[in-house]
Amino acid sequence: MKTILYIIQKEFKQIFRNKGMLPIIFVLPILQLVILSNAATFEVKNIKFGYIDNDHSSTSRALVEKFNASTYFNVLTVFPSEAIASAAMLKGEVDVLLEIPNYFERDLQNEKRNNLGITINAIDGAAAGIENVYVTQIVQGFNQNIKMDVLQVSDKQIQPIVIETIPLFWYNKTLNYKTFMVPGILVLLVTMITLFLSGMNIVREKEIGTLEQINVTPIKKSQFIIGKLFPFWVIGMGLLTVGLILARLIFNVPMLGSLALMYLYTSIYILVILGIGLFISNFTDTQQQAMFIAWFFTVIFILMSGLFTPIESMPKWAQTLTKFNPIRYFVEVMRMVMLKGSGFTDILPQLFKTALYAFIMNGLAVWSYKKTN
Amino acid sequence: MSISVSNISKSYKNVTALQDISFNVKAGELFGLIGPDGAGKTTLFRILTTLLIANKGIATVAGFDVVSEYKKIRNNVGYMPGKFSLYQDLTVEENLEFFATIFGTTIEENYDLIRDIYVQIEPFKDRRAGKLSGGMKQKLALCCALIHKPKVLFLDEPTTGVDPVSRKEFWEMLKRLQQKDITILVSTPYMDEAALCDRIALIQDGKILQIDTPQAIVKHYPKQIYNVSANDTYQLLKSLNAYSYNHSVYPFGEFVHYTDSRANFNPKDLIAYLESKKLSNIEIYKTEPTIEDTFMELAK
Repeated sequence: MKTILYIIQKEFKQIFRNKGMLPIIFVLPILQLVILSNAATFEVKNIKFGYIDNDHSSTSRALVEKFNASTYFNVLTVFPSEAIASAAMLKGEVDVLLEIPNYFERDLQNEKRNNLGITINAIDGAAAGIENVYVTQIVQGFNQNIKMDVLQVSDKQIQPIVIETIPLFWYNKTLNYKTFMVPGILVLLVTMITLFLSGMNIVREKEIGTLEQINVTPIKKSQFIIGKLFPFWVIGMGLLTVGLILARLIFNVPMLGSLALMYLYTSIYILVILGIGLFISNFTDTQQQAMFIAWFFTVIFILMSGLFTPIESMPKWAQTLTKFNPIRYFVEVMRMVMLKGSGFTDILPQLFKTALYAFIMNGLAVWSYKKTN
Repeated sequence: MSISVSNISKSYKNVTALQDISFNVKAGELFGLIGPDGAGKTTLFRILTTLLIANKGIATVAGFDVVSEYKKIRNNVGYMPGKFSLYQDLTVEENLEFFATIFGTTIEENYDLIRDIYVQIEPFKDRRAGKLSGGMKQKLALCCALIHKPKVLFLDEPTTGVDPVSRKEFWEMLKRLQQKDITILVSTPYMDEAALCDRIALIQDGKILQIDTPQAIVKHYPKQIYNVSANDTYQLLKSLNAYSYNHSVYPFGEFVHYTDSRANFNPKDLIAYLESKKLSNIEIYKTEPTIEDTFMELAK
């Protein structure tokens, strides 16, 4: 026990003496949280919008006015012909093109229906999808209003049946993206920092040759590993605390669930990450190699965690893969506890899987750590 | 026997590092492994310090088998690897304390063993190890290897890259440690250091060429060696190598060590030959063989 305590003390000394390491541990995560939470939004704003009005009627002008009033669309450009508009789209001057056909108003009144041409620049598929939703919303809103105007007295017998849906967004009433991104990004930074630090730590001893010196001492594997990894567990918990304070103060993210539950889950989750880090360092010889492997896994874990893209939208095989992704469970738990106020029994499945994962990873890591070769 | 090695062989994928090595080191002996870089010295050290497992053969250190009783060996040996491998970002004192703690002891407990060495670095005890000079690092590493009062001390090329004065001091320290009942196995590529050991093993290409006391090894040298010098050493070397009766020609400081293949060699013949090669100031006289000469002869 005394040996472990001494190693822990030594590790902390080394961490705080490493002038390059301190900003990595404490400044980068804060920057990451502040920048990413503000930047990683699914809203598309300032869409470059252009239109071709072949009708020049009051109805067509009213429609364009609708787009003008929307906060999402920007810089309305009128194009005299479709050819010029297409050229502008090619040059990237415009992202969404609306084409109002000839006799738009007349046909609408006579036939009660009409078509509009919408062209969207889909180089960025995700943005195009969102732009399409915005356009549809505006056109639908316009549709509602115009029905009342164009329907004539004679048509009164044919009352339109309108089914309206009024969605309620539970646990995030205003669909504020920061409310669900901040817990996720908090997960990301706790994971990244602890994985990189622990992955590089034992390799560093290999690199500078001290591991060889340690290996000829009677120190036990378990003592050494616990002593080496415990400081990073503490740093991970510290990061969570800093992150939660920032989430509360800067982003005003609701925290409905119990803090103790979050800490309980995180304390087990960090064990998984430390196990992965140790495992990586057992199979690498230099910090550079360890860094690349850790980076490789982090990128996959993050992209498949449901943080940026919903897991439900992934193909079946990818969904199966995410079951082996510890970050996925962490994201789920953080969102559930913070936004929904889930209790211990609600997160029990995730907690169990994470604990199992921690057990397996650390078992593998200790098993593969050899004092002789 | 403090260290006993019998028929140890080790090969890496395609390279044979050690081939059928056997030797014994008595308790309290200062034993030197002398050989050029790549001879297999470090591999042997790593096997004896339980960091590496041999393909074949048996070895015991302090009476414990290196494979089955490796845990006991780790409590009883001190190892100083060739490369400085202490924590550069910890101070002198912290390094020493760290190694004392993981061996389950304290600096005070074995202070008398390291006092002679430690007093020399004590003025710098709050300095980080990375900021020490080469000789100081060496002394600190030796202190760390001694802090748990080991029975056997392994020193892998301890003086490589250390200045001549520190090297001399270092060997004096080893001599003093020997008197405290510590068996020392030391490797070095420097032949002049070999003379300071009790016994030496000459090792090359993973094979032991000879084991004996430095004096006896020198006596085994079969020929009479001559120191030859002239005004132009390069020309002299070329001429001697071209001489049909030469047995060996090695540059040795400002002289060339020369042996002749004939039994009835007369130095005057050689002077005549060298003068015909337009060399002047030629001097030839007899000299005693050194360990380096012996090594070169055996390695031929």
